[in-house]
Amino acid sequence: MVDTGTACVNESAVVKPWYSNLKYLIVGAIFGIVFVKAEIISWFRIQEMFRFESFHMYGVIGTAVVVGMISVQIIKARRAKSIEGEEIVIHDKEFNKGQIYGGIIFGLGWAITGACPGPLFAQMGAGFTVVIVTFLSAVFGTWVYGKFRDKLPH
Amino acid sequence: MLEWISQPWPWYVAGVFIGLTVPALLLLGNKTFGISSSLRHICAACIPTKIPFFNYDWKKESWNLYFVVGTLLGGFLAAQFLSNPEDMVIADATKAHLQASGVIDFAGMLPSDVFSWDALFSVRGLVFTVLGGFLVGFGTRWAGGCTSGHAIMGLSNLQWPSLVATCCFMVGGILMTWFGIPFLLSL
Repeated sequence: MVDTGTACVNESAVVKPWYSNLKYLIVGAIFGIVFVKAEIISWFRIQEMFRFESFHMYGVIGTAVVVGMISVQIIKARRAKSIEGEEIVIHDKEFNKGQIYGGIIFGLGWAITGACPGPLFAQMGAGFTVVIVTFLSAVFGTWVYGKFRDKLPH
Repeated sequence: MLEWISQPWPWYVAGVFIGLTVPALLLLGNKTFGISSSLRHICAACIPTKIPFFNYDWKKESWNLYFVVGTLLGGFLAAQFLSNPEDMVIADATKAHLQASGVIDFAGMLPSDVFSWDALFSVRGLVFTVLGGFLVGFGTRWAGGCTSGHAIMGLSNLQWPSLVATCCFMVGGILMTWFGIPFLLSL
C-alpha cells in the first residue's frame, strides 16, 4: 500500500511495456539541459538567490510557476486526457507539519549544496563527480526519514 | 545559432521550459511532476528492508527513475556539447562576500575548493557534500516534496500546503546562507 500523502498515486491500471517510459527519459533530458544551460545547477546562483543579489533564480521559478499554473488550468478546464487516453487526475496535497519542519531542513541543505534533487542529477551528469557523494547522502537521508517516520511530528 | 545556444540561457527561457514540464508529464502519462520521490524509489529498490515506508511496488513508479536518468543524461549532453566557454558571471556583491568567506575558485558552476574529490577529505568539503546531501534527502521527504513537487507542481495546482512548504524552503535557505554558510566556509 503506497502512502498517499507522500508518494505519487496516479499509477495507471494498464501495464505498459518498459519502453513506454522512454518518453520520460526524453523530457528529463530536456529538463537537465535547461538546468545546465541556465546555470540552475550552479552553487553560486543559489547563493545569489538567498542573498537577494540576483533576480535570475526568482525569474526562473516565477516563470515556471506561471507557465505551470496556466497549463494546469487549461488541462482541468478542458478535462484533457493523456495521450494514452487516461483522464488526467491531479491529487490535492494534504497539509501536515512535515511541510514546515522538513521544508526548513531541506532549505538548509539547499543552501549548503546549492542543489535541490533535480540539479543533483544534472550536476552528476555535467561531470561534477563528487556530487555522487552528495547524492548518496541524500538517498541515505531519505532512508533515515523512512526509518524514523513514526517518531517524527506530522 | 550554436553560439547563441552555448551562451547561458536567460531566466525566462529556462522558466518556460521548466513550467512546460508540468503539462508535458500530465499529457504524456498522467504523471505529476516531482523529483525527490525518486530518492524514495531508489531506497525501496536498492536497500532491502522491512520499513513500511519503503515497502511498496516501486516498479509502478519507475517512470520517475527514467526521468531522473534523463536529467543526468541532459546534464552530460549540455556540458559536453553546449557548454559556455566563458567563466561564470556572478553578482559582484555575492562574489565579494564569498571571497571574504574564503572561496577561491569562481570559474565553474561549483567552487572546486569546496566541491571536489580533493576537498572532500577536508572538514569543510565533507560538511558541504555529506551533511548538505543528507539534509536535502531527509528534508524533502519529510516535507513530502522538493522545489519541483511543491514549488512548481504544487503552486501550479494552487495547493496551499505547497505554498507553506515553499516558504519554509526559502526560510531554511536564507537562514543557512546568512548565518550558517560563512561559518561552514571557515571550517
